[in-house]
Amino acid sequence: MADSILVVVEQREGKLNRVSWETITAGQAIAAATGWTLEAAVVGANAVAGEVAGKKVAKVYAIESATLDPYTPDAFAAALKQFLTAKQPKLVLMPHTYQVRDFVPKLATAMGRTCISDCIGFKHDGGKLVFTRQMFQGKLAADVSFTSDAPWFATFQSGAFRGDKAEDGASAAPVETFAAEIADGVIRNKPQEVFKEAKQAVDLTQAEIIVAVGRGIKEQKNIDIAKNLADALGGDLAASRPICDSGWLPMDRQIGSSGQTVAPKLYLALGISGAIQHIVGMKGSRTIIAVNKDSEAPIFEIADYAVVGNLFDIVPPLIEEVKKAKG
Amino acid sequence: MKILVCMKQVPQKDAPLKLNESGTWIREDVSYEVNEPDAYALEEALRQREKHKGEVVVITSGPARAQQVLREALAKGADRAIHLEDDRFVGLDAFNTAKAFAAAIKDEQFDLILTGLQSDDYGYAQTGVILAELMGLPHATIIMQIEKTDSGIRVKRELEAGFFQFVDMPTPAVLTIQSGINKLRYATLIGIKQAKTKPLRKVALAEVQSAIGDNLQKIEKLYVPQKTKKTEMIDGPPAEIAKKLVDKLRNELRVL
Repeated sequence: MADSILVVVEQREGKLNRVSWETITAGQAIAAATGWTLEAAVVGANAVAGEVAGKKVAKVYAIESATLDPYTPDAFAAALKQFLTAKQPKLVLMPHTYQVRDFVPKLATAMGRTCISDCIGFKHDGGKLVFTRQMFQGKLAADVSFTSDAPWFATFQSGAFRGDKAEDGASAAPVETFAAEIADGVIRNKPQEVFKEAKQAVDLTQAEIIVAVGRGIKEQKNIDIAKNLADALGGDLAASRPICDSGWLPMDRQIGSSGQTVAPKLYLALGISGAIQHIVGMKGSRTIIAVNKDSEAPIFEIADYAVVGNLFDIVPPLIEEVKKAKG
Repeated sequence: MKILVCMKQVPQKDAPLKLNESGTWIREDVSYEVNEPDAYALEEALRQREKHKGEVVVITSGPARAQQVLREALAKGADRAIHLEDDRFVGLDAFNTAKAFAAAIKDEQFDLILTGLQSDDYGYAQTGVILAELMGLPHATIIMQIEKTDSGIRVKRELEAGFFQFVDMPTPAVLTIQSGINKLRYATLIGIKQAKTKPLRKVALAEVQSAIGDNLQKIEKLYVPQKTKKTEMIDGPPAEIAKKLVDKLRNELRVL
């Protein structure tokens, strides 16, 4: 059988998670580089299989079993193991979502295989496929290869590929159903309903200007410095996760993978180092200004304007200048 | 409850990193600290023990320097520690690290095994879940709350975009803990003193060698990432920086 790539798309309650298109784009790029066939699979809800079949893929599999809803890592890993053992793809790609993180290490281990997780790209040189991922919170990058047998598992970080670049197929790909058999007793967890904590009071997704603070703010009382700058600019105050974990700002002001994803005209990052989990929530900002005393902070990799220095020296005169400019 | 906490020593957040000569790992001469999510996992274990009695055991792998993480955990209140001590543990992939841990604790019965949700160095977010599968245990990830129930535990999973979910599960189980699940405690002076007399079991590589195999993946090359964005440096004395920034805000970004 020819080598193939399988993209496992993600669905929740019968709706496709849009980040899946990014993984399709990644799969199409790797297929173009390697000449391998690209196929896709949906676990649990065949309603989205038709949507995926519109893309340039050879086939879409709908992996079905009544036990796949609601999601449990036990059922997902068992169903995919059966499917992958039957189909033997060379490479299995998924988006690096919380759900995928929950079951992929289990699935790969159950098959005696490994997953290169949270990748941001791939390279294919001289027949060798390597995956690029960030290390040390984005300070360094690594090219990682598989040294084990296929199937190989890799997951891609949100935003690593453009979902809107996923190519449509000339005609709809065929959809094939695969019935997974999940024995009694396999599923040990009993998940309850998904819920949202008290309504989010602050919607930062609509903000045009955001002033965000990170660990560099040092103490809770210093938050006011950032607040004053946000006020002077007519913007909103936000923070990286550690600030909200410490209770210095409420959780609904958190930007990043576990908080809000924003794309304002201006994102002013004060004392934020730029861990990946924060960056994924703000890298779509039109202009990023970063102030940080560490010249090697990863935030500078994505900043349009970089100020290497102490925020306590720089922000007070900046507030004055902004006030002057506004008259 | 008998709880195992898997902990890792990682380079300090602000530490400048240098590549080794072969460009496959960092040079060892940096400052280290405990992986932050693991500190939250330890704190949660200590709180569960305070509520339900039992024992908290901490485990790590790595060279002699990694013992510092265990000493700190003992000072905060962990009862005993296990150190898989060898330089070569640093180079193991997540699969083999989990196998080494499983081999080191094979004669023990834990009700809960906690890890941080991911490490600040690799960021793979896999070792805990792999360990669960190797040991045949149920797991749940990115946990923000643990409650003991009649039949096991009820945990609160963090999902994306502000969503959560409670999950009932039997014990023994493996949980990966999210930062911010609790408020971290500091070690007390008396705790630091007591830590010195608490048991710390060293496990040599030879003891777990038969359980581990070749790595399943390999770092071919570690490097400083290439910048994809053009960044303009704004420098000078603070007052001048402020003027330059306001000029950008007004004339280029047009937000003033």
